Amino acid sequence: MTLNGILQILGYLVVLTLVTKPMGIYLTRVFDGERAPFERILGPIERMIYAFCRIKPDSEMNWKQYGRAMVAFSMISTLAVYAIQRLQYYLPLNPQAFAAPSPDSSFNTAVSFMTNTNWQGYSGEATMSYFTQMTALSIQNFASAAVGLAIAVVLIRGIARFETDSLGNFWSDIVRGILYVLLPLAFVAAIFFVSQGVIQNFKPYEVVQTLEGTGQTIAMGPVASQLAIVLVGTNGGGFFNANSAHPFLNPTPLANFVQMLLILIIPAGLTYTLGRVTRSQSHGWAVYAAMMILLTCGTFASYWAESRGNPLLPQNADQSTLGGNMEGKESRFGITNSVLFATVTTGASCGAVNSMHDSFTPLGGMVPLVNILLGEVIFGGIGAGLYGMLVFVILTVFIAGLMVGRTPEYLGKKIESYDVQMAILYALIFPLTILVLTAISVLGEDFGLTSLNNPGAHGLSEILYAFTSATGNNGSAFAGLNANTLWYNTALGAAMLVGRFLMIVPVLAIANNLARKKRVPESLGTFPVNTALFTALLISVIIIVGALTFFPVLTLSPILEHFQMLSGQKF
Amino acid sequence: MKKQKISIWDPTIISQALIQSFKKLNPRTMLKNPVMFVVEVGAIFLTGKLIANLATGSAGNVGFEFQITLWLWFTVLFANFAEAMAEGRGKAQADTLRQAKTETVAKRLGSKGEIKTVGATELRVGDIVLVEAGDLIPGDGDVIEGVASVDESAITGESAPVIRESGGDRSAVTGGTKVLSDWIKVRISSNPGESFIDRMIALVEGAARQKTPNEIALNILLSGLTITFLLAVVTLQPFAIYSNAAQTVFVLISLLVCLIPTTIGGLLSAIGIARMDRLIQKNVLAMSGRAVEAAGDINTLLLDKTGTITLGNRQATEFIPLPGVSDLRLADAAQLASLADETPEGRSIVVLAKNRFGLRGRKIGGVGKSHEVVPFTAQTRMSGIDLNGRKIRKGAADAIEAYLGESRNGDLPELRRIVERVARVGGTPLVVAENLQPLGVIFLKDIVKGGMRERFNELRKMGIRTVMITGDNRLTAASIAAEAGVDDFLAEAKPEDKMALIKREQAEGKLVAMTGDGTNDAPALAQADVGVAMNTGTQAAKEAGNMVDLDSDPTKLIEIVEIGKQLLMTRGALTTFSIANDVAKYFAIIPAMFVATFPVLNGLNVMNLQTPQSAILSAVIFNALVIIGLIPLALKGVRYRALSASALLRRNLCIYGLGGLIAPFIGIKLIDIIINAIGIAQ
Repeated sequence: MTLNGILQILGYLVVLTLVTKPMGIYLTRVFDGERAPFERILGPIERMIYAFCRIKPDSEMNWKQYGRAMVAFSMISTLAVYAIQRLQYYLPLNPQAFAAPSPDSSFNTAVSFMTNTNWQGYSGEATMSYFTQMTALSIQNFASAAVGLAIAVVLIRGIARFETDSLGNFWSDIVRGILYVLLPLAFVAAIFFVSQGVIQNFKPYEVVQTLEGTGQTIAMGPVASQLAIVLVGTNGGGFFNANSAHPFLNPTPLANFVQMLLILIIPAGLTYTLGRVTRSQSHGWAVYAAMMILLTCGTFASYWAESRGNPLLPQNADQSTLGGNMEGKESRFGITNSVLFATVTTGASCGAVNSMHDSFTPLGGMVPLVNILLGEVIFGGIGAGLYGMLVFVILTVFIAGLMVGRTPEYLGKKIESYDVQMAILYALIFPLTILVLTAISVLGEDFGLTSLNNPGAHGLSEILYAFTSATGNNGSAFAGLNANTLWYNTALGAAMLVGRFLMIVPVLAIANNLARKKRVPESLGTFPVNTALFTALLISVIIIVGALTFFPVLTLSPILEHFQMLSGQKF
Repeated sequence: MKKQKISIWDPTIISQALIQSFKKLNPRTMLKNPVMFVVEVGAIFLTGKLIANLATGSAGNVGFEFQITLWLWFTVLFANFAEAMAEGRGKAQADTLRQAKTETVAKRLGSKGEIKTVGATELRVGDIVLVEAGDLIPGDGDVIEGVASVDESAITGESAPVIRESGGDRSAVTGGTKVLSDWIKVRISSNPGESFIDRMIALVEGAARQKTPNEIALNILLSGLTITFLLAVVTLQPFAIYSNAAQTVFVLISLLVCLIPTTIGGLLSAIGIARMDRLIQKNVLAMSGRAVEAAGDINTLLLDKTGTITLGNRQATEFIPLPGVSDLRLADAAQLASLADETPEGRSIVVLAKNRFGLRGRKIGGVGKSHEVVPFTAQTRMSGIDLNGRKIRKGAADAIEAYLGESRNGDLPELRRIVERVARVGGTPLVVAENLQPLGVIFLKDIVKGGMRERFNELRKMGIRTVMITGDNRLTAASIAAEAGVDDFLAEAKPEDKMALIKREQAEGKLVAMTGDGTNDAPALAQADVGVAMNTGTQAAKEAGNMVDLDSDPTKLIEIVEIGKQLLMTRGALTTFSIANDVAKYFAIIPAMFVATFPVLNGLNVMNLQTPQSAILSAVIFNALVIIGLIPLALKGVRYRALSASALLRRNLCIYGLGGLIAPFIGIKLIDIIINAIGIAQ
């Protein structure tokens, strides 16, 4: 660890904190009925869309109507992405004349982009035509992000409203999310990326002669436009397989910094929105603080582990001059920016990567894994992070209420058994999916284990990471696992669906139940949710729930690997 | 019941509880408690497995496996024991109550007044019975005719008899109590099996115990945790197989039992029963657990002034003479007028005159030969004495003014000024006149009970607002409210005002508690979230409220609130403790499971436990013993302190969260040392 590295990390965290408030205010103005920003330019477009699609933005839905609209929208999206992939050979903008991906891979990809996971079982530049990338995948990058954002907004409304069952209009929330939030941000970001040297073209792949005299194919494409939304929408699906480690995708340190910032800007801003809409700004900051502390601790833990390096590497790989374990990292990012990117992208369920998590030291690599295992609540995916965190807030408030001898209250609402039930359901589905599917995979001699490239503890980490990433809708890969098989495409696809929709249903149910409640006045006996004590308790609940569930399996994967590394065991 | 406090460590209760612990092993009973049910299923499974292994000769480490199985059974039994202990005291009380319920004979009155002797169980609502001296009252009802003294000690434990008479607020009688003198006619108001005493038996036995809302929510949380851990352990075996370190079912079930929240799961129902029991110890009957829990959430407490905030009766504290009248003359007249006045106020006047001016030793008989006592009547609203030609009267200012009538003697404007001054500082002015000549005013003061200000301060810290209800005028009410330190008051309150106040508070989302005894309190008692009816009150009031205070002590509301809070806090504290324990258990069991295959994992054995077997066994033993160790806490409850929510949480988190994290590290290590020393963990 170097002072320079520490300052870079802290600098990033400070800038993130500074953009939280303006972003939060912006989001509030878009969703909370205040006069939307850029009304003069975007307002007419918005009204045109409403007129064209016959959307009545003022007719609000109850949670079931909202849920049905959301599922219908997502199903149609999935079918469209699936169809475009299967037909891409016959569709335009396919200069490399790529054939259709296999049905299971297409299913996996369709689900992956619709659920905002953006797990990629395929290699982008060797599979997808420009048309597929720009229509099917890019559109989903917007749509799935808007869905996540909408659900978070619905939950915030549920908390802020009293004695009502109307939670907003799904179609209007989607249109506003895309039109006012995602498009402008992506537009500005794309232009910025082009300025940094990210490519944006429709050329066929170029074949160049290298210094060694051999020919090399250089993949081309409309990268910058897609990259922007990939980050802003915490999608993470890279245009190229190497994702943000690719020089055309992430050419400069400044581009790298902005990429990391774009990943967390909306998730962080949403905490401010939460405070603003519920008129409890300090609560918003308390939630922000919990996320920030978890992110900071994880980042420094991973940074520490990577800086210590790997004692098993041969002596000539001089780790002290490199600053630690540089395996799988781009030398232009170094340890600091690789580690920070890794923790940021796994904290948010983004999944874009600029280094190989697989090559981290066992403990360094465990941090990204644990970030996802905690439920994708360290800022989390766009929308998904906040609603996941609020589920933990409900559990925390419940436990705190019991400890002070009072029926738990959260921002003027009693937390009752139905809310606890839904919160538990939410918290249960996640480990259930990960553990069961990973267990089946490691027992599957001829379908689960055949994809493994590494034996032992590291192999278990790879499978565990894959299912964790899918269920957490993260999409980053630990690599080392050939996931483009029938079993993994299907099982990971199922994990993504469960991790998205079975978890959204309890969230909507909670939003509905909260919105119907009467206001309970606060008193001295009410446990305040805007204090450092609350933040500390919230963090403890998140860590304890996560740790208790996953400690056994982690013992046999990264922790075992760590001890084996220390004892000099090689494979 | 006051007279027969039963200790939790009473030997008969313990022996009964031991027997009950085994009876409760019935899986159908266990199913009510999902956490302990899982443990029992595990124990049954391991017992079967152990026997099967022995029969087929494929047993592994029999000593170890036998001990694990044994301790799982202990875990279940300990939890059952905790519940049985909690129920034990209630059972003992129920037995006493049942004796009062032995078949009584009732004298039922027919339509023409004829008496027919029937069994008490044949009585139905609306029947009228005659109860004479020496009879047990055959059922709950209202006195419709007569006055009698009744021994209610069977219910209240209070041996002094109480008066029950028709009409008014003292008309309710309870089945099983005994008429000591005179006779009464009672209209029966409950059918057999639904009487007050039946309900009481069901309550103390815990049979009528319904789960409270927060308990249901907590059960969901505990079930969720149990499923999570079940999942973590079941999927651990595939990962172990993958790592070539497959585990025996004994080890896996040990891990499972240690992880699921057995501590709180085992003590949860004991906590609930113990709180209800605690209320009964305080002579409060809660008709539902929901009400007890609601008591912990109260925002607003309505307290009647008289009897709750102030002593029931006012006391004379000062004589204020009119100009030209000496103190002594006023005191003398006042004392004479009060000699025959047996009310506490009257007696306090006599005492004050004696203390201030040495006017003592006068008896009614001794003051003069020709005297005539003028008693208080509702018409004149004054009392006094005619003595040797002196006509002395005392009474409320307006009553005396009316009595003075046209005579217009003395300084009336000055009298009015004094009267108003007294009222403004919270006193009740009593005017004394002699021979149609006003002498001055007696200052009767409401005496605020000692320690009330402190209690209200505590309530304020808990976030509870107190509102004093009184029929006094605003001036008096304001002054007493200020002296007692209540947050607000409702003066000149009529029953409708009380009701309106409750509804207004509830509309703001607040929970309201109140006490009441009269029939006109019944609607408000029913409307309040916690309505405590006084046992001396009417049947209507008792039925409208959701608690009955057998001591008829309105200040008890405060204790009820504390018990309600204790109930939640004890649950919360033990839940946190239980979950925090898991960290240490992981560090004991997980390395022990895999150290044989991966010696490097001994790095996780932070407690340095000696062998894998002793590590697992120690964790299981600790897990079982901690239930026994926490029974006293579960029964007594976490101590409630009047602190703000944040301070309370910080405190409880330190004790039960941090303590729960650290304690098992020490406990498991100690057990490991002991079992290795005596060599049972091989």
